[in-house]
Amino acid sequence: MSDTGIGARVLRKEDKRFITGKGQYTDDINLKDQTYAYFVRSPHAHATIKAINTAKAKKMPGVVDIFTSKEVEEDKIGGLICGWMIHSKDGSGMKAGPHPILASGKVRFVGDQVAVVIAETREQAKAAAQAVAVSYGVLPHNVDAGQAMKTKAQVHDVASDNRVYNWSIGDEAATDAAFRSAAHVTKLDLINNRLIPNAMETRAAIGSYDTGSEHYTLYTTSQNPHVARLVISAFHGLAPEHKLRVIAPDVGGGFGSKIFIYGEEVTCVWASKRIGGRPVKWTADRSEAFLSDAHGRDHVSHAELAMDASGKIVGLKVHTIASMGAYLSTFSSCVPTYLYATLLSGQYDIPNIYAEVDAVYTNTAPVDAYRGAGRPEATYLLERIVETAARELKIDPAEFRRRNFITQFPHQTPVIFCYDAGDYGAALDKALELSDYRNFASRKAASAKNGKLRGVGFSAYIEACGIAPSAAVGSLGAGVGLWESAEVRVNAVGTVEVLTGSHSHGQGHETTFAQLVSERLGVDINNVAIVHGDTDKVQMGMGTYGSRSGAVGMTAISKALDKIEAKAKRVAAAVMEASTDDIDFKDGTFTVKGTDKKMAFGEVALASYVGHKFNSSEIEIGLKETSFHDPSNFVFPAGVHICEVEVDTETGLTKIASYTAVDDFGTIINPMIVEGQVQGGVAQGIGQALLEGAHYDRDSGQLLTGSYMDYNMPKAANMPHIENFKLGFTFTKCPSNPLGMKGCGEAGAIAAPPAVINAITNALGVRDIAMPATPLTVWNAMQPMKRAAE
Amino acid sequence: MENFNYHRPATVNAAAALLKKSKGGSYMAGGHTLLPTMKQGLASPSDIIDLTAIKGFSGITIGKSAVVVKGGTTHMEVATSAAVKKAIPALAELAGKIGGVHVRHKGTIGGSIANSDPAADYPSACLGLGATIVTNKRKIPADAFFTGMFQTALKDGEIITEVSFPIPKKSSHMKFPNPASRYALVGVFVSQDAGGKVRVAVTGAGPKVFRVPDMEAALSKSFAVSALAGISAKAKGLNADMHATAEYRAHLIGVLARRAVEAAK
Amino acid sequence: MPAISMKVNGKAVSGNVENRTLLVDFIRTNLGLTGTHVGCDTSQCGACVVHIDGKAVKSCTTLAVACEGASVTTIEGIAKNGTLHPMQQAFHENHGLQCGFCTPGMIMASIDIVKRNGKKVSEEVIRRELSQNICRCTGYHNIVAAVQSAAEKM
Repeated sequence: MSDTGIGARVLRKEDKRFITGKGQYTDDINLKDQTYAYFVRSPHAHATIKAINTAKAKKMPGVVDIFTSKEVEEDKIGGLICGWMIHSKDGSGMKAGPHPILASGKVRFVGDQVAVVIAETREQAKAAAQAVAVSYGVLPHNVDAGQAMKTKAQVHDVASDNRVYNWSIGDEAATDAAFRSAAHVTKLDLINNRLIPNAMETRAAIGSYDTGSEHYTLYTTSQNPHVARLVISAFHGLAPEHKLRVIAPDVGGGFGSKIFIYGEEVTCVWASKRIGGRPVKWTADRSEAFLSDAHGRDHVSHAELAMDASGKIVGLKVHTIASMGAYLSTFSSCVPTYLYATLLSGQYDIPNIYAEVDAVYTNTAPVDAYRGAGRPEATYLLERIVETAARELKIDPAEFRRRNFITQFPHQTPVIFCYDAGDYGAALDKALELSDYRNFASRKAASAKNGKLRGVGFSAYIEACGIAPSAAVGSLGAGVGLWESAEVRVNAVGTVEVLTGSHSHGQGHETTFAQLVSERLGVDINNVAIVHGDTDKVQMGMGTYGSRSGAVGMTAISKALDKIEAKAKRVAAAVMEASTDDIDFKDGTFTVKGTDKKMAFGEVALASYVGHKFNSSEIEIGLKETSFHDPSNFVFPAGVHICEVEVDTETGLTKIASYTAVDDFGTIINPMIVEGQVQGGVAQGIGQALLEGAHYDRDSGQLLTGSYMDYNMPKAANMPHIENFKLGFTFTKCPSNPLGMKGCGEAGAIAAPPAVINAITNALGVRDIAMPATPLTVWNAMQPMKRAAE
Repeated sequence: MENFNYHRPATVNAAAALLKKSKGGSYMAGGHTLLPTMKQGLASPSDIIDLTAIKGFSGITIGKSAVVVKGGTTHMEVATSAAVKKAIPALAELAGKIGGVHVRHKGTIGGSIANSDPAADYPSACLGLGATIVTNKRKIPADAFFTGMFQTALKDGEIITEVSFPIPKKSSHMKFPNPASRYALVGVFVSQDAGGKVRVAVTGAGPKVFRVPDMEAALSKSFAVSALAGISAKAKGLNADMHATAEYRAHLIGVLARRAVEAAK
Repeated sequence: MPAISMKVNGKAVSGNVENRTLLVDFIRTNLGLTGTHVGCDTSQCGACVVHIDGKAVKSCTTLAVACEGASVTTIEGIAKNGTLHPMQQAFHENHGLQCGFCTPGMIMASIDIVKRNGKKVSEEVIRRELSQNICRCTGYHNIVAAVQSAAEKM
């Protein structure tokens, strides 16, 4: 391992611009003559739009124009799409209601955009937006997933019972049979609380239309600018791809929420042409972000787990109602199906699984992928019921898990996935050791002396990420393939530019991707540039989400590097007058076997472009290669997290006393960055378990947690102290990519919630506690009367 | 937010005159309540009269029997004042729990008290210590100052120039913050004066800061945790929201009062 | 529009602003110093923290006109002659940032924390005093480590 190669703790190359204030985020960009957009949003959860009067607002200072669905329809701008077709059990396709970029005829949630004001300044646009008079006919609404199929509030005409689909996976008859023969059945009702992603940079866009070249440019806060370009071209009908450039510059966090194509961004592009080519800029207020960013989670589930007399799991039955919100967001439909129920086997050998999912419309913001997407929901359900079963059977929860672990690979689960590699027992052993599990009782006693209840909770998670084989996702209904592209350009002086379809918004690709190049070509890491986020530079790509940039994105780079090496060998052979077969390449030097002839990588690069020393009809000039990598399988990172909490019995305040995370990510390129991903993911998981929850008022349909006054973001003091947060890694090589990598971005957010809640229920001696386990919730759970009633 | 006329007078009298002349002006000190309210469109004063340039408007004087804090003194100044820490440690501690660092650098005692936010911290110190609020016109005892939610006895144009806190024998402040906003979900300030009389003031729990007579009577007899046994705050009339029910708030008043008595010094 | 003048990062600057113009907008729009960010609209996230006369304050909750004559320091002004401030260096060395959006405010707030609490500032105090600086990426672990490390060197 070199100082900057694979496995090295290389400090990040991208840091300097961020720590000196030189990062360039979308809102930092200003184009000449730009205007500002402000959206008029629905104050009602559900209403018909009877009339929109813009006359007064149009006369206000600085107003350039105001648009509503009327102009959208005039210009035949297509609606937002959901790119993954899910079929119901009965074979019918999912019921997708219309999703225009500006609401037409009806608003379906508080914050739905109704009109856009374009003005000379942001303040002017905002002032005029307040003067747009919209007359609404208020309709009954429903914000509750559990009530969606019973309510009178019908969100879309196409779905009379608000049901988008009724989907199932697994063998129902076999699972029922397994339950009939079971010695013990554990049942649990669970709610997976709705979360609001809250990347610290809010969404922003600048749409710009050049009237001369008839070319559009969109600067936007996107995790996948190429997908944005494709969708805007193909479905909104704004511009063909060669007339549209999408640039996602520095992006301040995504966590899934910036994967999707939203109405506001499309509106900016469209409106720029409509007003004659002046750029249109929009930056979301945080309040708008709360209302209009796609939310995450929001499941209501019933689960049953069947065991035989030896404590071996024989079956799992799950029914889940998943809120989709008011519209189907870009990838929403696959989240509670193929990213959720396919993971219900967890790390366990469960012969029979049957799951049914009802996806429903509610009068709330659309729900889509948020860090982990489906897999946190699956892990929460399974790890909660497994822990509960262990307690009911009076088996130590670690031992109960071990008894049921999958130990042979590959392992085909009853819910599609074939796990390729893993060693779950090793992760458990390491986590038990790092967390000093054996001495838990003495820590519990010490806490008790201070009037605190201490509890311990486990989470043995697995996730499928590095999404994914295109043919596989295509067969399951995906509208796109999920490969990744890379282009490696070696310059004549031997420096390297890598153009990647992955997008970094905090993940540190400029460093880790360069480490791969440095390792492979022996080039100084500072002589490698990573180019991403611009559709005019990178031809095509699928972007960053689902922990796929390493396993898929870097594999594409690795394959392009293979081609570079092969080509460079041919050049080196020609220059050194040897056979290509006799050329070795190591540590940046080409040598001829059995001789002292050698050439440095830079010399070969130069020779490739000079072209004097070889026949250019046999070897093409230049050193530039491309690869489109389509993986052969998902990757399956897994691990065991153990959380200890201390609950203040008087106030209900829960503190994370310690947290231990042991993960198997396969090959790690940069441990520093991977640890950072785990720490950040765990913080989001602790946030879900203890702090965060989107709360819509049942009666008014208003979002009550619409700012940081009420939505509780994890803060420094909520996290365990440095010495109490222990990280460990185990290693099994991933067989489906040459680097042996798995994904690490979502692990913490997936693993942490059940670990925390299992610890709290253990501390309190209760069966369940709702997330977020706020002081109020915990205090309520501790009331003796309530406990007695359970 | 709406535009406004901006003034930065050098004297209290000039400030009062500017406010009187304005259509619907507002004083501003640290601005950490007013500006967020204006940004949300919930207030749009015609004029802002910035008090921060008034000479002699901030500072702390420790007298024999009272700590006098000038109206424009920031929370950070009170929190870090060695003299306050010595005279009324609970007052310095309370100031150190207001908002975050950035708020404490700008927020002022006068601004906090004049706003009478039901979840603000300072009102509990005023009531819990029996402070006197001094304005450019008169002296108002804390007991008569906080009249309701965001309402005080201040008349139009009146400016808080200083707050005088009697130095107690013992005092203590306990705060249970709202998990999201960090304002007081419940805060309890307890003091015992030289004659043994006890005050217990509660913030965050009701529409305005209030005292708990039952606890005060019991603690005045015996300043010990045991004196509070069997005394509980009533949930009726307390605030209820998604972060805390009235019952939970009532319960927390009891918990924090016991902890405050235990920690009093 | 009133004219204002102040010192920003040691340089005298001036401009015309509305009375309602917030300091953060003056810094970002008039001066083009876009390192100071806006992450919320309720004065709670800390992405906009700058120093006014040496103290960490929220530039989103400060009127530009109120800064007449003040000395303002932003993230762009703390490196000296091309050498990073110890806090910047510590954030880099401890991987105290990921997406970088909260980082300028986080660094400016952390400098204030160390200035007031000294070299031996405890983890408890750092965590408590960062209560109004929100980071969504790092889980704060490495931020806290960075502040402790910088404290030793400041």
